[in-house]
Amino acid sequence: MAGSRTARIAPALVAVTALALAGCAGGGTASGGDPQRNADATTVSLTIAANVAQGGKNAQEADWIVDYVIPQFTKRMADQGVQATVTLQPSGVDDEQYKTKLSLDMRSGGGADIVALDGIWVGEFAQAGYIQPLDQLVGPAAGSWDGWAQIPDPVEQLATFDGQRYGVPYGTDGRVLFFNKELFARAGLPADWQPTSWQDVLDAGAKLKQLPGVDPIQLNAGTAMGEATTMQGVLPLLAGTGAALHADGKWLGDTQQLRDALGLYQSIYGGALGDPQLQQEAKGRDKSFQEFAAGRIGILLESDYFWRAVVSPTDGIAPMPNRDQVVGYAKIPAQQPGKGLGGQDFVSMSGGSVRALNPHTEYPQQAWQLLQFMNSAEAVRAQLGTARITQRDDVNADVLGNDPMLGFVATQVLPITAYRPGLAEYPQVSQALQEATGAVVAGTAPDQAAQEYRTALEGALGGADDITSG
Amino acid sequence: MALTTSPPADLAPAREAATDAAGLGRVRASAFVVPALVLIAIFLVYPALWTLYLGLTNYRLTGIAAARPQFVGLDNYVRALRDPEFLNSLWLTLLYVIGSAVIGQSILGFVLAATLRTVPRVVRGVVEAFVMLAWILPSSVVAFLWIALLDRDSGTVNALLGTPGMAWLLEYPMLSIIVFNTWRGTAFSMLLFSAALNAVPPSQLETARMVGASGWQQLRDVVFPHIRGHVLTNLLLISLWTFNDFAPYLITAGGPDNRSEILPVFVYESAIFDGQLGFGTAISLLMLLINLVLAVVYLRLLRERRS
Amino acid sequence: MSPRELVGRVGFYVLIAVITAFMALPVLWLLLAPFDRTPTLTTSLPEWTWQNFAGLLDNPYALASLGNSVLLALGSMVVVTVLGALAAYALSRVRIPGRDGLLYALLLLSSIVTGTAAMVPIFLLMFELNLIDSQLGVVLVLSGGLLPAAIFILKDFMDATPRSYEESARVFGAGPLQILRDIVLPVVRPGIATIAVWTVVNVWGNFLTPFILLRSPDKSPAAVVLYTFYTEGGQADLGLISAFSLLYSIPVVAMYVFVNRRYGFRFHGGIKR
Repeated sequence: MAGSRTARIAPALVAVTALALAGCAGGGTASGGDPQRNADATTVSLTIAANVAQGGKNAQEADWIVDYVIPQFTKRMADQGVQATVTLQPSGVDDEQYKTKLSLDMRSGGGADIVALDGIWVGEFAQAGYIQPLDQLVGPAAGSWDGWAQIPDPVEQLATFDGQRYGVPYGTDGRVLFFNKELFARAGLPADWQPTSWQDVLDAGAKLKQLPGVDPIQLNAGTAMGEATTMQGVLPLLAGTGAALHADGKWLGDTQQLRDALGLYQSIYGGALGDPQLQQEAKGRDKSFQEFAAGRIGILLESDYFWRAVVSPTDGIAPMPNRDQVVGYAKIPAQQPGKGLGGQDFVSMSGGSVRALNPHTEYPQQAWQLLQFMNSAEAVRAQLGTARITQRDDVNADVLGNDPMLGFVATQVLPITAYRPGLAEYPQVSQALQEATGAVVAGTAPDQAAQEYRTALEGALGGADDITSG
Repeated sequence: MALTTSPPADLAPAREAATDAAGLGRVRASAFVVPALVLIAIFLVYPALWTLYLGLTNYRLTGIAAARPQFVGLDNYVRALRDPEFLNSLWLTLLYVIGSAVIGQSILGFVLAATLRTVPRVVRGVVEAFVMLAWILPSSVVAFLWIALLDRDSGTVNALLGTPGMAWLLEYPMLSIIVFNTWRGTAFSMLLFSAALNAVPPSQLETARMVGASGWQQLRDVVFPHIRGHVLTNLLLISLWTFNDFAPYLITAGGPDNRSEILPVFVYESAIFDGQLGFGTAISLLMLLINLVLAVVYLRLLRERRS
Repeated sequence: MSPRELVGRVGFYVLIAVITAFMALPVLWLLLAPFDRTPTLTTSLPEWTWQNFAGLLDNPYALASLGNSVLLALGSMVVVTVLGALAAYALSRVRIPGRDGLLYALLLLSSIVTGTAAMVPIFLLMFELNLIDSQLGVVLVLSGGLLPAAIFILKDFMDATPRSYEESARVFGAGPLQILRDIVLPVVRPGIATIAVWTVVNVWGNFLTPFILLRSPDKSPAAVVLYTFYTEGGQADLGLISAFSLLYSIPVVAMYVFVNRRYGFRFHGGIKR
């Protein structure tokens, strides 16, 4: 029976496979078209893709695009005699899933004209040919925009790969140590606490430990927290030891700095200054927010997002009605004063998003106009229903005075912050770091966890050539 | 190779004869089959074969390998078989399938099907409704239900058992998802077995009872021969579905420390998070082959004893 | 009833009660959290409120998405039951060499396509067919993935129904299509109903396929919209999620109740011979 069936099915399989191979070979290359194509068109249609959804994730940005950007831009174009139709293509899902969808779109040569990307994806999208440098795509008009002058250089780095601009960044953030002033008062710690070394943090933790039912320190660890472990855990610590994750073409390996950072994890979770189980729970980060809001966590390393969207008295997901009185914040200290990245006393990490143009757009000039408009001072101001740190110095100077915490981040933290390397291998490196912290929390010695990290890294990068040692 | 449900014994001789009872004829029969096969060929076989081809490349969703994927032959397979994380996943998946499908769903489904035959209609309706509810609620909703159920601080289970602070999902991740999937999927086995039990002629059970056969003997010698085909169908389908079940990811995210990282989760992590589509698709094929082995084992175990 | 029988009977009902409690317990959260002012992942008596549902009304896509889910589910249900039943009947009644092996091979392949790894080929295929952002495209892909199992189950089912009715009808001069309509269909209806519900349940919960194939937000089904109730930092908005989960669950439950009442929801096999 098997023989006769095989005889009949085999030719069909061969045909289908051949078709599959043909299909696989096609697509994937970006067209390097004429920047001036359709520049004189009188009817234009443009689409914006972003990981936002009205009534869902990043609803405020979605509303802004629909209610402000689209009508205003359409009106401006109409004044120039151009009939523009702009639509938003929302997603509002997990970042990884949004990224998958974008990649599929851009690989097939379709997709929206303007796409929002996490700054960390710029490198891999550029390498895949999904996005192109603005200079190439739009021509000289890209460099002459006056808005560039308002965007600080480190923020602009978010949209830069191999020295070329691929898009315009919008907004950034900074990481600080949040602490509960009520718990601090009960533990005899000052309300204007500012640690200057890791030891200071551990000492504060030891005092908080006296309070019943309180976990002194929450420092994200393990893979369940995902990127929140890397950005709100390992990387700020590594920056505090003076180590960059990627420098001179090499990734950080099993070095003394990494072992020190992992050692701090051991001091916290091995010393009963934190709750090891919370790091492993699938919803651990959600829970850490609820615990902080309920006054059961003393110190928490988080981004300003925590202040704006988590404990915000009005619209937070774990609201604290008395946030402004209870929640304190301090800069993250280097291991010891002066030992941080670039000899700094304090360190931080930042991320942010970027809007790039799709190389397959039919209207590169008009898409660039739309992108400029979205990043103009008036448009950025119009988005500020709730305060956040924008990409523009001029807007920040106007609005952040109303919110001392965000003002603190803009003036004190952003000047000392660092960004992640935007390379395709980063997600795997990040995961290896998460695994290392998870192992330490589970009881593995830092030295061994660092060795395992290096092994995992070699596996991910396919060899030891691009890894530092020491 | 007979995958069909075995018909009752008294019909067995008819089976060998031509069975085109309605006089369908080959042409009309083909016309019935072709639409389904065409749809399956385009939307299932074609992408599936393409997927298998990707398993031979280093294809990624982004980065340089997205622009220029290279043919790497069997490298992905070699790498997978040497990867302790993959082998760990494979082992956990087998535990998951055996624990939750073969043992959990089948036995609970059979017990339900058997016991509910003799209870009042109302009781039967209520019990079946809850069993069905577990089956028809969407996974993403169900995940929240179970996280709430097993929560460390104020989960319902801890409140009932008087074990405050017990982190079930961390201490016993595999047990948790096995119990979860038993809860989730029992409905299918229950439905299939209640149909099967209807096919057991009451007269034979009566006779067995009269000659004093014990409950176990009745089950083994009277009931089982009649439902063997249903058992086989049930095991084949629920094993396959459980093997490919992604729902545990929504509850434990494969953790802690990969202790509940079953293969579908492993594929998801490799393909989506790490972006290694080539590697991920290679694992998919390995999963298919393992399913095939499982099917053959079931067929061997349950093959009818007629020649 | 002797004391021994009584004890046995009590034990029997205790067993049923324990199983029922096991099945029912997890559902509590779904009934309580949507009405809680600040729902958490713990099940507790709520501080009663409707605000979570009011929040859903403000969402432009929430309610419409349920309509889209119905559309996708019904579309797939029609394709899978009609094509599946026809194919299963023919395969059950007419001898085709190697059919069991072929069916099982398709069943195995379906597990690849419903996994995450196949999404690139599926997306590119649909792109070539110009079926991106088309609900028809989603229906076709989902149906293709579900059909092998549907045929597999239905064929088992058709095999178990007696051929004697068809043979008698033929003796009385009925044509094949008439036999199919008047004899076979009524007999196998509970089985088809079962596959219909099974298809709807599978489509109803599917996130990945509609997510990668659809673009316009007004075509998104509920499974996709449910994933949008997360904040910028990826944190779940449990108020909206729990309320929407409840609404999202009601249609499938209602459909099951309806089908169960109307057709009897069980695998067939009860014909007395």
